[in-house]
Amino acid sequence: MSGLALVGHQFRYDQKAFWRNPASVFFTVMFPVILFLILGLVFNGETVDVRGGIEATTYYVPAIMSLAIISATMQTLAMTLVIAREDGRLKRGRGTPMPPWVFIAGRVGNSIVVALMMLVLLAIIGGLLFGVDLPWERLPAILLALVVGAASFCCLGIALTAAIPSQDAAAAIVNAMLLPLYFLSGVFIPEDQLPDGVIAFADLFPVRHFFDAFFDAYVPAGGPAVSWDNLAIVALWGVAGLVLAIRYFRWTPRSG
Amino acid sequence: MVESPFLSDPVISIKGLRKSYGETEAVRGIDLEVNRGEVFAFLGPNGAGKTTTVEILEGYRKRSGGEVTVLGEDPERAGREWREQIGIVLQSGRLDPYLTVRESLDLYAGYFRNPRPTGDVIALIGLEGKADERASRLSGGQQRRLDVGMALVGDPELLFLDEPTTGFDPSARRQAWDVIAGLRDLGKTVFLTTHYMDEAQRLADRVTIIAAGEIVARGTPEDLGERASGETTIRYRADGREVVLRTQTPVQTLHELTANALAQGEALEGLEVTRPSLEDVYLELTASTEPAE
Repeated sequence: MSGLALVGHQFRYDQKAFWRNPASVFFTVMFPVILFLILGLVFNGETVDVRGGIEATTYYVPAIMSLAIISATMQTLAMTLVIAREDGRLKRGRGTPMPPWVFIAGRVGNSIVVALMMLVLLAIIGGLLFGVDLPWERLPAILLALVVGAASFCCLGIALTAAIPSQDAAAAIVNAMLLPLYFLSGVFIPEDQLPDGVIAFADLFPVRHFFDAFFDAYVPAGGPAVSWDNLAIVALWGVAGLVLAIRYFRWTPRSG
Repeated sequence: MVESPFLSDPVISIKGLRKSYGETEAVRGIDLEVNRGEVFAFLGPNGAGKTTTVEILEGYRKRSGGEVTVLGEDPERAGREWREQIGIVLQSGRLDPYLTVRESLDLYAGYFRNPRPTGDVIALIGLEGKADERASRLSGGQQRRLDVGMALVGDPELLFLDEPTTGFDPSARRQAWDVIAGLRDLGKTVFLTTHYMDEAQRLADRVTIIAAGEIVARGTPEDLGERASGETTIRYRADGREVVLRTQTPVQTLHELTANALAQGEALEGLEVTRPSLEDVYLELTASTEPAE
């Protein structure tokens, strides 16, 4: 098989394994949907004091989409790659003629496809349940933010595996990093409710910039659809992740 | 295909192989050759340097010194073509729990240019009844057979099996042995590491014993048996004390002993004549050495 055909081959089996794994289906697919339903129902009818006041449900569509995309990419990759590494599956794969990058490419493809599905799913729920329509004229900007964000958070997820020593530590480390950032970046609690300075702190990390870029693309009120500065910062984080991943990613188990 | 020019060429050739981890020397200058089509057992206690050696042969580790040729190439520099011809079963590998037997094999088949049909491999490893079962629902022995199947699916010339039955119950071991014994009939060359004497005896054409990074014995299982017959132990009790005699010439010693006893009217209570088993040879060769890994 050619390189690209091999990636497709690998991707097919990664998809099977993803959908059969109850942990990935729950945390990556169900959790963002449940969170969106809860937040949408609780804050339905309220306004958020951003850009002159918008519906809370409108605020939460790009917020939960950002979370879902980060979960499908960074979180899923960091956890499944560590599990595969510690199981010896990465090492075993390296003993075959398959070029090692094919394995990573299959996983990244899996993450990006799931991220895209989550975007569609959340857009449909937002439209049907809360009347938040997809701003079709801004679709190119939304997809651009998705692609830049998904690629960057994939790189960060692969880089993060180097800091995770064992399967048991994977969920703890990933959640300890991401959950506080979701809070501080205004993903769970609308940013007008957060104390001053919190957003400025969150701006040091890529989650806030990704949410911002997604927000600009999704919410019609406001400035240009493409938030180049935010996307550039997210992309820089992605490049940094890629450099670290190339330098520190390991194929053999840490334990044993 | 990377064909060696002569069929009689060894599939694996090692000269003066050394490997150090910092101050520790795990492998201290070993030589060995493995011929085409044989099942070769590399036997030794835990920490003797078996896995270090096999991982150097597989291209996973760099050596500190010596020469290594596997299928005509240096594993440190060998590429994709070389990997088409080897199959690897790691010592402690877990399979993807969410893929079925058939899917796991199909996934690996896709990595090779000329894979063996998946159905054939399933039959070889005796998992016909479990083909559509997920790996997580297989027993330990069945998972190991699937593991071997994934190494066979590329139809390799040479197969590495690193302690394939460690931690198995007797029936799972026997199942795994049947699969490995079947590989010889396929004409595969098998490099097997194990710390079980009976496993080497049962499966291998030739056995090499390593202890503390050095080779301490080599030969066919029968050769090593010959070595075992070198000294016979004779025990009996006289005046309530145990007497132990070791001899290279048991027939003569026994004859003298019993003739004397008859003449003196002694009973030779509890008379026992034993020849050490292969297990004893192995234990004797490996007991005095300290683990190096």
